[in-house]
Amino acid sequence: MAADASVSRSATGRGFKRAAGYLLLATAALAFLYPFLLSLGSTFKSRAELAASSVLPWPDEPTLRAWELVFLRSDFPLWMLNSTLVTVVATLLRLFLDALAGYSLARLRWRGRGLVFTGVLAVMAVPPIVLTVPRFLLLKELGLLNSYTGLILPLAVDAVGIFIAKQFFEGLPRELEEAARIDGANIWQTYWHVVLPLARPALVTLTILSFQATWNEFLLPLIAVRASPDHWTLPFGLSTLGKGGAGGQTWDYPVMLTGSILTIVPVAVVFVIFQRFFVRGMTTSGIKG
Amino acid sequence: MADSPADLSTAPAPCTPARAHPLRPGRRPRRGRSRLAGRQGLAGWLFASPALLGLGVFLVAPILLALWVSFREWSGLAPLETSRPVGWDNYSDLLVESGVAQNDFAKSLRNNLYYVLGVVPAQTFLAFALAVLVNQKLLKGKTFFRTAFYFPSVTSSIAVAFIFIFIFSPTGLVNALLSALLPGTISLVWLDESTGLIHLLLGGFGVDSAPTLLADHAFMGLSWWEWISGPSVALSAIMVLATWTTIGTFMLIFLAGLQNIPEEIDEAAELDGVTPRQRFFTITVPMMKPTLFLVLTLGVIGTWQVFDQVYAMTSGGPQKTTFTPAYLVYREGFHNAAMGRAAAIAFVLFVLIMAFTGVQRLLLRKED
Repeated sequence: MAADASVSRSATGRGFKRAAGYLLLATAALAFLYPFLLSLGSTFKSRAELAASSVLPWPDEPTLRAWELVFLRSDFPLWMLNSTLVTVVATLLRLFLDALAGYSLARLRWRGRGLVFTGVLAVMAVPPIVLTVPRFLLLKELGLLNSYTGLILPLAVDAVGIFIAKQFFEGLPRELEEAARIDGANIWQTYWHVVLPLARPALVTLTILSFQATWNEFLLPLIAVRASPDHWTLPFGLSTLGKGGAGGQTWDYPVMLTGSILTIVPVAVVFVIFQRFFVRGMTTSGIKG
Repeated sequence: MADSPADLSTAPAPCTPARAHPLRPGRRPRRGRSRLAGRQGLAGWLFASPALLGLGVFLVAPILLALWVSFREWSGLAPLETSRPVGWDNYSDLLVESGVAQNDFAKSLRNNLYYVLGVVPAQTFLAFALAVLVNQKLLKGKTFFRTAFYFPSVTSSIAVAFIFIFIFSPTGLVNALLSALLPGTISLVWLDESTGLIHLLLGGFGVDSAPTLLADHAFMGLSWWEWISGPSVALSAIMVLATWTTIGTFMLIFLAGLQNIPEEIDEAAELDGVTPRQRFFTITVPMMKPTLFLVLTLGVIGTWQVFDQVYAMTSGGPQKTTFTPAYLVYREGFHNAAMGRAAAIAFVLFVLIMAFTGVQRLLLRKED
């Protein structure tokens, strides 16, 4: 802060302003976090208690009814397993493919490279909802509807990840690669033993983004495995949870909220630990349109 | 987690175009260059081909296939070979021929238009305000606030939709808060209320049915009175949810932009005796124009694709007031067994979104 003559005069004003700023920020933080807290607390309420009091999170008569229903009387554990499988496999595939292609586009000279990169950018701009019918068509033609392959392969392909990887590799100094080549390493060895270890931050970013996107993916399971409950993943399974009857009156809110909280928790944990990688990924890919 | 604000500034600014690294001629020995180039060419293709094959098979080919289907009638259930060509029928059913298809499509456009007009300004303004607050130099707990605001953006759309179904339920938090603030007990059934906000407002002035002028004219099979309805109460709840979940993302983009403003400029202004308020409006705001622009276009593109929330919260109801083009793609294709029409809607939406993207790219280039 610049020390000028008016400091003492405006000190109280500034203190007041600072307090107002904190108050605004705290209110906003409450608006963003309270719905989660309220939902978490509400999972321990009975339906009757929730209908009577849905403002404060703590339950008067805590019950595990909703949790038992979700874990013991629904397919939730199965959805969780399916989601884990799909997320892990799709993320590994993505990492491998994105980094490889990103490196190629960033560093290797080959005919058609510019054109291919333009193509990748163009594909990035295709809105996911437009892919609903095309994806369904393709999976149907390939006989991949209602299969894990059909859930995983479309998610393993990802233009944004290629773009992020390319951006990162372009920022790496070339000297190490050149040294490796002079030492007689071929292109693959250079890539695998020299470049990839340097790319750890980018790989972490890609992993996090992929984990979050795949775990939360709703559209693909909706069109690919709707007819096969054995293949449902969390978000799609969740969308059917607690909605036994028609109309809002019969919906089982504690059960719906328990499912929601459980779906959120893994992403929340990863988010809190790797926060800066989320931020980095978001600002890098923010350029996409 | 100790996380300094420097983290953001090290992230590349969203508006900075990718830096090209041109080959530096003369660095490499001349001999063997063509051999190296040949090997690189092969390796380059080999490295890129798995991903390109994936993009080709799972993105490009299906899009072309769907374009073809949009000119055919196909249930989506029978084999694709049994579909039959119908020319432009799927498109004209939406845009020209009057009927249920056009009426539904018109409603979806109207709803989504109000949705965009409501959500984009709200999310942009709030995200900018929060970014400015978080960006204060001496703020304590920066990481906490940033994390809290961004958190909803990374969570499952279906999970937060469920949380909002609960919050907007008749006995939920929103009604409780409104009852505390307003006279009387509010027990609005938010997600089942199809009245438009503008109609409600007009009703407040005693206009509760269509004046003849508005009732007698129609566009795309929808009377002018229906066009000006405003978003329904149910759609408004979804708009609140959408704003709430996207603010964090846009706040981060604004924050990155704010941190790119060189500190010297602010310091120079301070030395020149410019007040903080003047500084904000004459330096910060103009310098944030490209970022603002990016956020607005990303917002518009995103809001034209709203689907998950509609699916989970209202399934298009009440009375089709939460239909959106994206939801209609799903409904026509997977419920009404009209894949051809669904594909046609998808492509109209695609053209609409690409137009926005194109405008964004064009204007951004001009800004640079």
